Amino acid sequence: MKSTPTPRQMVVVYSRADKIFRRIVTAGALTSLMLLGLIAAFLIFRSSATFREFGINFITGSEWFSAGEDPLGGATTALVEAEDASVFSIGPMIVGSVVVALIAMFIALPLSMGGALYIEFYAPKGIHRILVSILDLAAAVPSLIFGLWGIQIFTPFGVRWATFLNDRLGFLPIFSVEFENFARSPFVAGCVLAALVVPITTSVAREVYSRTPRDLIDTCFALGGTKWGAIRSVVIPYGKSGVIAGAMLGLGRALGETVAIYLMLNLVFDYSNQILDSAGGNVASMIALKFGEATDKEISALIAAGLVLFVITLIVNMIASSIVQRSTPRA
Amino acid sequence: MNSVPATDQYLGIEPLRPWAVTRSTNLKNFSRSIVFGLVAFLVTIMTPLANIDGWAVAFLLINVAWVVGRTSRLGVKERRDAVLRLVFTSLAVLAFVPWLSIFLTVLLKGYRAIYPGYFFSDMRTSTPEDEFNIGGAGHAIIGSLIMVAIATVITLPLGILSGIYLTEVRGRMTFLVRFIVQSMAGVPSVVAGLFIFTTIVQPMGKYSGMAGGLALAVLMLPTVSRTAEEVLKLVPDDLRSAGYALGARQWRTAIMVVLPTVKSGLITAGILGVARVIGETAPLLLTSLNTNGFVWNPVGGTVASLPTYIFSMFMYGTEYSTSRAWTGSLVLLALVFGFFVLARRLSTTAVQNAKTDSRKARKLKKKS
Repeated sequence: MKSTPTPRQMVVVYSRADKIFRRIVTAGALTSLMLLGLIAAFLIFRSSATFREFGINFITGSEWFSAGEDPLGGATTALVEAEDASVFSIGPMIVGSVVVALIAMFIALPLSMGGALYIEFYAPKGIHRILVSILDLAAAVPSLIFGLWGIQIFTPFGVRWATFLNDRLGFLPIFSVEFENFARSPFVAGCVLAALVVPITTSVAREVYSRTPRDLIDTCFALGGTKWGAIRSVVIPYGKSGVIAGAMLGLGRALGETVAIYLMLNLVFDYSNQILDSAGGNVASMIALKFGEATDKEISALIAAGLVLFVITLIVNMIASSIVQRSTPRA
Repeated sequence: MNSVPATDQYLGIEPLRPWAVTRSTNLKNFSRSIVFGLVAFLVTIMTPLANIDGWAVAFLLINVAWVVGRTSRLGVKERRDAVLRLVFTSLAVLAFVPWLSIFLTVLLKGYRAIYPGYFFSDMRTSTPEDEFNIGGAGHAIIGSLIMVAIATVITLPLGILSGIYLTEVRGRMTFLVRFIVQSMAGVPSVVAGLFIFTTIVQPMGKYSGMAGGLALAVLMLPTVSRTAEEVLKLVPDDLRSAGYALGARQWRTAIMVVLPTVKSGLITAGILGVARVIGETAPLLLTSLNTNGFVWNPVGGTVASLPTYIFSMFMYGTEYSTSRAWTGSLVLLALVFGFFVLARRLSTTAVQNAKTDSRKARKLKKKS
């Protein structure tokens, strides 16, 4: 009996011109890989002095004191001598970043899921089209404008909601306050951040929901299900991983947001578990705040803070993009 | 009423669409919302609920009560469905209210300081507290445009190359490149600023527009390469095959067939990238700072830009300077939206062109 012949090996031979072309294109594509590596390398290089001096304390400690700067203005010799007294650590800032970002996501996630479901399944055709293009535009509004809006328009509302929460739920530790000044608190800043994140998460969620197989939804209706039944049993399970990925993207954005938080949050170097109190922390806006009058040593510490922020957001974004790549069928 | 053409075949029988919303239903819904709105207003006045957010809560509660009452004779399933429709609608409204509020605020607060000179003059001879007919943001607009141009010149070729790599060359690192590009989209803007500060600003010993442009380029690259990839994916494989069948090598097919097909789409990628970075403030605070006058030299020291102009005007804190900040925001928002509309117009024509091209090709194939 004759064995079946093995299929012929397909061999692609590129000409020299093609090889050059492919090499140029590959080099171009690798530039973005290298760029990420370069960013990490330079941040590590420039912050190594700080990490060597403070070690793990830089992340866990809660004190930021630059000896080179004189609180009364005008450097005196005593202060110059005390150069070694400077202490840099960003523990409260990391915790504060996470707290504000979580508040934002806590508000933004229901809004964007509900909004996406409305746009995809309830909105009339004309409104659907308008809302989809507004979503694109809203995601492009610079965060600086969100910050201005937050301070001038939103703060009174946020303060009233914070007062309400404090009145009714003040017995819970996180809603208690020391002074009844709710402006520039993590809660109000988190609300503005939520407004900033909503367009991003909504447009991801909407796109995921719009890819739900139509016949599955129709099957639900044919079996006598209501719209909510179809959404609960088909649309939401189907889009779960995509929506989680969108939420992670939003979380990454919320963690790295600088200017809006700079304007909306009162930075205080102390751990606090009261989200309505007018004191919070944020790594990104701390960098922007301290950068202007920083000494050389302080700049190294700020770069170390940037490195920490970079690593945190990179992890969040890598999780998000791995979910996205796993959930979309590869072409 | 005249939408049905009276022809012989068509015996005047209109297809029934019992699910269609009739005009009277629309009218009923509309008038009911108005009545509910007024009731909610009365509730707001008489109870501790205050202001527009209190009104919204009252309005929602009244609507929920009405829906529950209306569906009381139906089953649990129907009632749940109706209530959830209301919940989703109100969540959607809530999601869009901030955007609407921002848009209106920028318009209403921003138009006050606008006069023709705002676009042509700088702040060298005027203070933030002057009347609105002196000084302007021309220097900031020019500075922003210069920096964005630098960023575009760098990122557009790189983005297109990585797009070609992902769609045409498809080398071993396709997965890695796509993954890294997606992760890079999340690099915090302040970190990009720090990176350029340590690599460019410190060695050069001065802040510059070049540094600002490079920082923007870091943030712009992911957007551009991702959009370029999406656009290149739209090119029908027929075109590539046709190129190869005519004896063209891969590089010729890529450069002379694939790229020209999506030319406007690639321009769109650049424009979207520009719209993404033109409002970035944090990296510019670390790389290009701000000045009061026109600066045309991108390596000659600090340069003003729209975001830093707005930021410094706002931090100045007086009534007039805040107004100037809002006007700057209006200009910035107008630029962003302008770029966006341009990108959308170009991209729709690009997709249509690609589609009609392949359709034409298929028709020709059938004919021959």
